[in-house]
Amino acid sequence: MPGNIWVLAEHWRGKVSEITFEALALGRDVADQLGSKVEAVLLGHGVKDLASQLGAAARVISTDHEALAEVVPEVYAEALAQLARRERPAAVLTPLSNVTLGVGTLLAAKLGASAINFCKNVRVVDGKIEAHAVLYGGKIETKVAAAAEPVVLGIGPGARLADAGRSAEPPAVVDEVTVDLPEAQPIRFKEFIEPEAGEVDVTQQDVLVAVGRGIGSRDNIALAEELAAALGGVVCGSRPVIDQGWLPPSRQIGKSGMQVKPRLYLALGISGAPEHVEGMRGAELIVAVNTDPAAPIFNVAHYGTTADVLEFLPLLTEQAKALRG
Amino acid sequence: MNLLVLLKMVPDVVEELEIASDGAGLDMDVARMALSESDDHALEQALLLKERMGGTLAVLAVDAAEVDDALFTALAKGADRALKVDAGEVAQLGTRALADLLSQVIADGHNLLPVDLILTGTQAIDDLDGLMAPLVAHQLGLPYIAIVIQVTPDPARRVASVVKEYPGGVRGRFEIDLPAVVGIQSAERPPRYVPVAKVRAAMKTQRIETVQAPTLADGGTVLAEVKSMSKPEETGRAEMIEGTPEAASARLCGILAERGLV
Amino acid sequence: MGVSTICPAPAPTAMTLENLFEFPEGRRLLTCLQCGVCVGTCPYGDVMDFPPRRIIAMLRAGMIEKVFQSESLLACVACYACMAKCPRDIRLTEVLLPLMKEQALLRMPELPGELQKALQNTLRYGNPMGESSRKRAAWVKTAGVPIRIFQENPAPADVLWFVECYTSYYPRGQDCSRATARLFHALGVDYAILGNEEKCAGECGRLTWEPGLFETLMDYNMAVFQKYRFGRVVTSCPHAHNAFKNRYTSIGFGYELDHTTPFLGRQLDRLRPLLKRRLDAKVTYHDSCCLGRQNEFYDAPRELLRAIPGVKLVEMTHNRVNSICCGGGGGGMWLDTYFKSRGMERLSERRVKEAAATGADVLAVSCPYEISRFEDALKVLGFEKQLRVRDVTELLAESMEG
Repeated sequence: MPGNIWVLAEHWRGKVSEITFEALALGRDVADQLGSKVEAVLLGHGVKDLASQLGAAARVISTDHEALAEVVPEVYAEALAQLARRERPAAVLTPLSNVTLGVGTLLAAKLGASAINFCKNVRVVDGKIEAHAVLYGGKIETKVAAAAEPVVLGIGPGARLADAGRSAEPPAVVDEVTVDLPEAQPIRFKEFIEPEAGEVDVTQQDVLVAVGRGIGSRDNIALAEELAAALGGVVCGSRPVIDQGWLPPSRQIGKSGMQVKPRLYLALGISGAPEHVEGMRGAELIVAVNTDPAAPIFNVAHYGTTADVLEFLPLLTEQAKALRG
Repeated sequence: MNLLVLLKMVPDVVEELEIASDGAGLDMDVARMALSESDDHALEQALLLKERMGGTLAVLAVDAAEVDDALFTALAKGADRALKVDAGEVAQLGTRALADLLSQVIADGHNLLPVDLILTGTQAIDDLDGLMAPLVAHQLGLPYIAIVIQVTPDPARRVASVVKEYPGGVRGRFEIDLPAVVGIQSAERPPRYVPVAKVRAAMKTQRIETVQAPTLADGGTVLAEVKSMSKPEETGRAEMIEGTPEAASARLCGILAERGLV
Repeated sequence: MGVSTICPAPAPTAMTLENLFEFPEGRRLLTCLQCGVCVGTCPYGDVMDFPPRRIIAMLRAGMIEKVFQSESLLACVACYACMAKCPRDIRLTEVLLPLMKEQALLRMPELPGELQKALQNTLRYGNPMGESSRKRAAWVKTAGVPIRIFQENPAPADVLWFVECYTSYYPRGQDCSRATARLFHALGVDYAILGNEEKCAGECGRLTWEPGLFETLMDYNMAVFQKYRFGRVVTSCPHAHNAFKNRYTSIGFGYELDHTTPFLGRQLDRLRPLLKRRLDAKVTYHDSCCLGRQNEFYDAPRELLRAIPGVKLVEMTHNRVNSICCGGGGGGMWLDTYFKSRGMERLSERRVKEAAATGADVLAVSCPYEISRFEDALKVLGFEKQLRVRDVTELLAESMEG
């Protein structure tokens, strides 16, 4: 009987993270291939109710402990290790996110297990788990086999659609289990520090809507703002737009501005001068809208259209809003 | 404060990466090595702490191509000692084996103990089988925290106040007992510039201490086996979406939805 | 293991502030009249706490530390305007200001980020934009004419064409290189390039306060030169020309030296019959600082432009020795954000306004920095439909086709 696939259910400030649903969808695919089940591990303090959102898992293993209130990798890894020793899962999926990073590595170290980071996909080949990992900042793709079970898989965003890991139904089984954690911890959470109002760090955004001179006038920035809101991102710009004073300098992308690597970079009316391209070519997906088919931005973009920006923008905003519901 | 910074060389992705003939690794004759970016930030943070609080700062790395440049640069910036572990072939192994080596070297002494803070980068682009900071912390039995953007030690109380990054611009403050291992995301300020003349002077007047690699108990077991490597398809030029603006925006919306971006 | 980019070579004896007055150049400071022409001619003289005249006065009074604490020296774009006008022939741009900048760099708590990145990239990759050193010659495949790379065929050549960074990597700079290659090919020039063995000549390293970086690059390039046989170096970059002429000679650079524009200018008789296509354009020419004020190559580019059928040459108010700098020299190329944050007008914008006022269709240039700087400025000011920026070689090659 092959072991189950575990997903560490990340939640933060009372909300289940999107990546948890993505990982559940991925975990279910792997479990199906392996002929086992996907199970969510919900660690925390006073968050038992969140289990109801994890219906994509066949079972939720829920552990409540004061020491698990905030993610401290050592404590989370210890709790997971105790549970894994009891139940022997085949794999544990842990998000490589700002909340959870480090838990997977420590868990593997404690269990003497394999760890594979940067996983974009996981398959089962000849009954064994094989991870597809992206190395060197996306320059190389690898297929990696685990040498020791269980294998701890570090998952990046976008492995599956989050919607595929959501379920309207609560999980069939929720098991509340206990772990033995020391009273005194060498790391103590003190407080959250909220960002100042209006403070936007373009380098921290997943989605950037960038405008260039092709946007025409300052008034049209509002159209880009609307699209950004619909996509859950923020507006930034190339140097000419910032120099005109249409956007604050903190939103400038390029050699002389910020260097960004968002998941989506939508370049509107940007020609793609080297000064600008230097700041954004690391983006995961680049979409360019420019009426000039010879604009150099199309040399770095993945998708492009020569539609008129002002005509295209409201259409895309509307459709994005419709999709969001 | 006794500060120790762990530095790791990673393949330089500015240069083209080539896959070795066995198809399961990089062609290391072609690859250039560069200091991992967040390790550079760890070094900067350590330099700032040393300037603020005094004490000693040592940097430690496993031998790799161009590691001498990185170590001399660290000395020119103000590190007191630079140590290089001569590990022969082991340097080709993953982060787990490197972490085992470095932990063993630290534990063996080499005048690196007692140490108050061990700093290294939060994550490197080749950390396939684990991250350096938690692995070293585990080996040495020290507390660990990462994605840190600020460290303020309080030596009298044997603690440090650290700030780590969360999503959406939120930060969190933790207190951590010293000694500890801290994974730095970015230093309080960008890594400093050191004039080349200073590095050249360091090469003439200072030296890198070479440490023979200790024998590891499990011989640096490989727990994750890379079966194959490939390069993602070159995009080259954008795929153009044709048709009316309505059709084009609908198509694009579809592409974004497929990737979970809408 | 242990491959190194930096070699621990000893620095040549340099003039320092301590030994300043022992050198003839330093002693010349004592003859300064404090007339202030240098301040009046400096494009950023109005925003410096300590413009050149004050710096000399303070040096003579032993108050130099105060200058280093200000940001005045950052604003020097190495345009040679003060030096060209000095009645006492004090070589401010060439000697005094770089020396001062070096000292200021050592005292600066933090370099402007863009500049720091450019310096680090130049050390590691041999170009300030941080592109792969192994792709320096990638543009060659698109030239449309054969280009010999020494490494592939080390036979002696008459000319080593030192292409330089912007002309190797920037798309618009590559346009200029392709044009140059076609011109050389049409003229039957026996030349080769260094390809991926070439690294930035380092001029901006030196004028941007980093003598150690400059020396590293100089030592490297000289060693590569010595691998091959050629009699003349022709470069597309006036900054490289400057470096070779003024600094590389101190460690044995003995080749004939040319910038592309005067090199082509001397062959105008042979080039003229090839210029068949009318361009019908009103062209104004921008004198780059290093070619113009520094080398007085004022006529060659103008003669080349006049030789193109249908070109009408018009002059800007400030031309020849009075030309306004594009703002890219002395590290200005990487200080645009810094200047803007200090409320300083970008010099490229000042220059482009003047060019647009002539009613010209084309702003002709002969320095690779200027293409990107002026095209950017045109966009910021909204002149991009009215005025195009073209290198002199691009216009020549365009006229040669068809």
